[in-house]
Amino acid sequence: MTALRNPANAFTAIVLVLFAIVPFAAPAIGEPFYVIVFARIMVWAIAAVSLNLIMGYGGLISFGHAVYLGIGGYTVGILAFHGINSAWVQWPVAIGLCAAISAVFGAISLRTRGVYFIMITLALAQMIFFLSVSAEYYGSDDGLNIFQRSDFGVPGFSLEDNLTMYYTILALLLGCVFVSWRLVNSRFGAVIRAAKSNNTRVLAVGVSTFRYRLTAFVFAGVMCGIAGLLQANLERFVSPDMMNWPRSGELIFMVVLGGMSTLFGPVTGAFVFLMLSEILAGITIHWHIIFGPFLVLVVLFARGGIAGLLSPRSARE
Amino acid sequence: MDYVLLVEQFLNGFQLGIILFLMAAGLTLVFGIMDLVNLAHGSLFMIGAFVGGTLVIVTDSFLLGFLLMIPAMLVIGIAVELVALRTLYPRDHLDHVLATFGLILFFNEATRLTWGPEGLIVPLPAFLDGSVAIGLGITYPVYRLVIIALGLAVAFGLWVLVARTRIGMLIRAGASNRTMAGALGVNIPVLFSIVFGIGAVLAGVAGLIITPITQAAIGMGEDVLILAFVVIVIGGIGSIRGAFIAAILTGVIDTMGRSFLDVFLLLFLPENAAESAGPALSSMLIYVLMAAILFFRPQGLFPPRGAG
Repeated sequence: MTALRNPANAFTAIVLVLFAIVPFAAPAIGEPFYVIVFARIMVWAIAAVSLNLIMGYGGLISFGHAVYLGIGGYTVGILAFHGINSAWVQWPVAIGLCAAISAVFGAISLRTRGVYFIMITLALAQMIFFLSVSAEYYGSDDGLNIFQRSDFGVPGFSLEDNLTMYYTILALLLGCVFVSWRLVNSRFGAVIRAAKSNNTRVLAVGVSTFRYRLTAFVFAGVMCGIAGLLQANLERFVSPDMMNWPRSGELIFMVVLGGMSTLFGPVTGAFVFLMLSEILAGITIHWHIIFGPFLVLVVLFARGGIAGLLSPRSARE
Repeated sequence: MDYVLLVEQFLNGFQLGIILFLMAAGLTLVFGIMDLVNLAHGSLFMIGAFVGGTLVIVTDSFLLGFLLMIPAMLVIGIAVELVALRTLYPRDHLDHVLATFGLILFFNEATRLTWGPEGLIVPLPAFLDGSVAIGLGITYPVYRLVIIALGLAVAFGLWVLVARTRIGMLIRAGASNRTMAGALGVNIPVLFSIVFGIGAVLAGVAGLIITPITQAAIGMGEDVLILAFVVIVIGGIGSIRGAFIAAILTGVIDTMGRSFLDVFLLLFLPENAAESAGPALSSMLIYVLMAAILFFRPQGLFPPRGAG
């Protein structure tokens, strides 16, 4: 338990315990609304964990990461629209599509560096966004309603049950954190992190960083696609807005807020970001006027995010 | 195919290209010289439309409002630079992206609070209303021709400023080697403020001249911003010439694609397939163009010389 003496770890632990007990605690204190809020937070946390893989550890600032939320979500939405509700079809198709599209987008954008990379990932994501807006058959701007959640066909396990849905999201969140932990601490992760600090030197050692980065990019895309298909199931709704570019900006902010290249940073970041939005939105409808400058202040004065603020000075980089 | 429509759509595309150029020129200057990724450039476009539009309505003269908007945008631009962006220069691009993303949220909401959620309708000046014959039996709205002429004039003015004046020389010096220019006695902070101010004015001009056609709306800058990103990526970041050529290319291809792609697809697709694929494909066209150009030239068409 010594790890918990570090305030950042203690905070992570509190957030995780909250995730686990909210479905029972929230109705008990008369705020059942918080169950859906926490489910949403966990979905965003999965997306943020996936972005942290490439942005935090790999130094690749993707400003179009929300597109995979949209692709994952729309796959569920469109298949459900055509009457295909089986999760055994929906989920593999969603994951396959995210893998294929992130491979193509990665192959294009990873040819560039720095600010070009930021702008290209943004532009490619907007391309899919505009495609979804122009798809009148699937509701354009209005989006698609999903009348039935993904059906696993397993007796006793149905996502239609909100509690099952909630804990499925939690389990997948923990699974994604675990995968990201294993990846980052493998040889593969070592290459990704090395390429972030000095790409030329890794190339000189004889490692083709492009292939490693592309693989990481696809991993991140798939993981974010899982968040997307969960979001579609949770909200029973998909719309182009879920992959519009401000969502990508919010994802970046969640990762930075929690602490880049820390394992649980994106999770606490998503938690603080969405809880703060929820609270501010409850105070005024013009909450962005507070939130925008808050963002600027975090960037200017709290570079390590929550993890950096809460860690003892000796533990910082 | 109807050649009248073809010419009209070409001119519309050219006019969109001019707007994109005004945006992209400011972005590419700010990035090329200050190494600052400024997402809030779209907000300056919007502020230009709202502030300029209000000035037009208050003075009851489009020309006067337009002329007053220029110093107003210069002041706003320099104020934003001084208050929010100055401390960001030594930071990395991620911090730029985040901080200017925060500024977008702030400016959108501040605009909503000031002007209300429904936007602002700016009347077209009477003397610019109407159409003229431009030969071959084609008539075209005067106002759009004025936009094109104005944009070309600004492009020329910008070229003169950068290539032929002392301040332009300093801007170019700052772009190719900031540290060296500073060591030679150029006041870099003042230079940056001026450059950012110029960018803000260009964005404001673009925002105001488009409003009589579209009206001023909250968030209007964001779609234009993303197109402007595509433009400077295609053109090569830091190159004004590249921005001009890429802007016109993007404007024309986007507009022509939206009007003619379904007709083109009819040549080799059945009718209903062409009609449903047309709009979807045309909205993706410029991004495909961008991806194709980057595949062969990762630095864009005109990477600026000496930029490292």
